[in-house]
Amino acid sequence: MITANNLVKTYGKHREILAVNNVSFSVKKGEIFGLIGPDGSGKTSIFRILTTLLLPESGSATVEGFDVIKDYKQIRNTVGYMPGKFSLYQDLSVEENLNFFATVFETTVQKNYDLIKDIYVQLEPFKKRRAGKLSGGMKQKLALCCALIHKPTVLFLDEPTTGVDPVSRKEFWEMLKRLQAQGITILVSTPYMDEASLCDRIALIQTGKILSIDKPANISSSFPDRIFAVKAKPMSGLLKALSKFPDAVTSYAFGEYAHLVIKKEQPDFENNLKKYLENEGLENVVIKQIQASIEDCFIKLLK
Amino acid sequence: MQEAVIKTDKLTKRFGDFIAVNEITFEVYKGEIFGFLGANGAGKTTAMRMLTGLSAPTSGTASVAGFDVYKQTENIKKNIGYMSQKFSLYEDLTVVENFEFYGGIYGLSKKQIKNKSDALIEGLKLQKEAKKLVIDLPLGWKQKLAFSVAIFHDPKIVFLDEPTGGVDPLARRQFWDLIYTASEKGITVFVTTHYMDEAEYCNRISIMVDGKIAALDSPENLKKQFNVQSMDEVFYQLARGAKRSE
Repeated sequence: MITANNLVKTYGKHREILAVNNVSFSVKKGEIFGLIGPDGSGKTSIFRILTTLLLPESGSATVEGFDVIKDYKQIRNTVGYMPGKFSLYQDLSVEENLNFFATVFETTVQKNYDLIKDIYVQLEPFKKRRAGKLSGGMKQKLALCCALIHKPTVLFLDEPTTGVDPVSRKEFWEMLKRLQAQGITILVSTPYMDEASLCDRIALIQTGKILSIDKPANISSSFPDRIFAVKAKPMSGLLKALSKFPDAVTSYAFGEYAHLVIKKEQPDFENNLKKYLENEGLENVVIKQIQASIEDCFIKLLK
Repeated sequence: MQEAVIKTDKLTKRFGDFIAVNEITFEVYKGEIFGFLGANGAGKTTAMRMLTGLSAPTSGTASVAGFDVYKQTENIKKNIGYMSQKFSLYEDLTVVENFEFYGGIYGLSKKQIKNKSDALIEGLKLQKEAKKLVIDLPLGWKQKLAFSVAIFHDPKIVFLDEPTGGVDPLARRQFWDLIYTASEKGITVFVTTHYMDEAEYCNRISIMVDGKIAALDSPENLKKQFNVQSMDEVFYQLARGAKRSE
């Protein structure tokens, strides 16, 4: 369980950089809660406040009922933290890192092996290798093992999948689901919008401010406008034509489609749009109405 | 016949017993946006280091912008631009100072640097930020600037290594507008990304698995070939079969 109430953190000589701007949210026991936002949106500062590594300027926060300022020692024993930057000992081997973190928390790898077994078996062939010599995906797995070795009840994962390929990202999320099934509460941050739907609830965050908090499905379904996926040849012509389409609120590229957002219900809209695009010289026009993705919602909130 | 600006034939790099890049053969055409995809550890970085003249191949041949990757690495470096998420701009210099620095490195005259830097600042609407330190700019801006610096000397090819990692969805799209503009000017764009929607924006893409190029075609043809709806699924089908655990 995590609660954050009106957290504020500024940086700079004159406190001119507002990194965390009045942030409040709570995470229920056993929930996977995602902080979704780009670099520089304040995600890491929030993580560091909640893991007692940074003092908030104002506001309060608790983790498992412990206050982040007064009870920092209890919190440090209760939580596992995987920072965004790889922070294990590069000169120690896989095995040595794991033993080191177990010892710091006055436990042993054997005692808590159950929790990390799934992940550790993939690392085992490399257990004598120095951490600094591991590949990105392996470092990520080792960092997760080290964060779990003292059986934390809350796990803080700051951008665990940044720079990781789509297949490894998928595997990583499967690991998180298995940890959740064992009752662990997880706060995770990511710049990948497609990972949002894998969380129970998410907060969309930008420049230190939370824009929206809800279940991913609710955020999608509360998108206020109508949204269409459009495909045509050539794609560059399509984007230009859509940007000057009279009824467009906005339009932008979205993978193989372009997304067009319009305000209100219009009779026969798809046919009219098709005619307009064909008049603009586009071919093979395909139009379908779709539900907004989290990325669409984020773009809407940014505008 | 399209003009090939990158040409490789069985290009290979070994580190001891480990074959990081295993006989890759492909061509990239002038003005093309070429997506270079692959799982972590598939050999992308090693391949890119050979193509940018930073690492000598073990065997095979390759030419980049018409120059040989074994013997003419200095010519290659003069004719390409490079940008990665990690290394881009000097944060303790202002925007204009970065232009001056990189322009100087590439041997442009003071007058050329001045003209280009004025045009860029106007084009990117950066008049207010021109004299600010780069460290004080938002990440999205830094990335656009880093790209402008990478093509400041009008290279034939620009290599972009995960250029959009971590930026917000709007900035990501604005960045791709810059890529399109560069490609329309005839600059070849060689780009790696982990965002599969961005794979769709490339003219052609290759996917590396275990040191080899497992597939190479337009996104549309790849989806047909694998009988799937999205590039995500193409990637998943190929990379899932990877034996090399990084």
